[in-house]
Amino acid sequence: MARLDSLDRQLIDLYQRGLPVCERPFAAMAERLDASEDQVISRLERLQASGVLSRVGAVFDHARAGASLLAAVAAPEEARDAVAEAINRAPGVNHNYLREHDFNLWFVMTAPDEAVLEARLDALEAELEREILRLPMLEGFHIDLGFPIPWHELEAP
Amino acid sequence: MSVSTCPSDAAWLDATDRAIVLATQAGLPLVPDPWGAVGRPLGLSGEAVRDRLARMQEAGIVRRVAAVPNHYRLGYVANGMTVWDVDDARIDRLGREVARLPGVSHCYRRPRHLPDWPYNLFAMLHGRTRAEVEAQADTLRELLGSACRDHRILYSSRILKKTGLRLAGRSDRPG
Repeated sequence: MARLDSLDRQLIDLYQRGLPVCERPFAAMAERLDASEDQVISRLERLQASGVLSRVGAVFDHARAGASLLAAVAAPEEARDAVAEAINRAPGVNHNYLREHDFNLWFVMTAPDEAVLEARLDALEAELEREILRLPMLEGFHIDLGFPIPWHELEAP
Repeated sequence: MSVSTCPSDAAWLDATDRAIVLATQAGLPLVPDPWGAVGRPLGLSGEAVRDRLARMQEAGIVRRVAAVPNHYRLGYVANGMTVWDVDDARIDRLGREVARLPGVSHCYRRPRHLPDWPYNLFAMLHGRTRAEVEAQADTLRELLGSACRDHRILYSSRILKKTGLRLAGRSDRPG
């Protein structure tokens, strides 16, 4: 794990669920952390540059800013790379993970609306000549709110 | 909590909202007045940007504005998508309980596709090792009890594509 000091950890712990949305958010954070605005900004830059933070910014609900759907394809070993490339090339695909299962390629298809989403999946299905498992979210019980990070456990050997 | 797909919401965003989304989805400028910096090229004040953002947040389009950690870089290198075949009559109550377990970052109900895919509950688990993820899955299995017929843990072995882009730009629209 990247070396993180107490200021880094507090920035993550306190602000992974939300930043103050005001004129000077980093000054407001600095006040709470007993640091300077410059320090907060430079720490966030560093955490972002080192990849500890994927970004400092807005998290959009895809389902509400358009249409999206989790999809999976079963691609046999020998065809896997070609199928994965075709999926990555398809318009609207924004995640693609290789997972250990017969259904081994898992991706998120997005579109401005439901009709385009279906059309994109139909087109990709035709190109791949394989069935796409379509798994829309029917209900969200818990949606990406982050979780408390047990720093001490992470440091244990 | 029930959050379901509502495609008509997309129409709620006007051109200025979309421009704000496009300008901020990859991250805010790390400057003292980030909202002013976002608004400037759009001819908006920082306050106007924040007002629009607040409305998008109320509408559920923006979940939050946050320092988003990359759990993988923090040492959570085992990421298991667990999938469960749960009694339909009990899934709503159990889904909410599963969502409260530590280590669960996402928990959704999704449709089954029989016979190939019998699983209707998805819970994303994160741990430092597969053993940790398996211990979390055992806890989940106990909680589900007799309501659960079968489950699997699908580990990700490779990220083939991951983009922060969350909303299609104009060039991505049909026609």
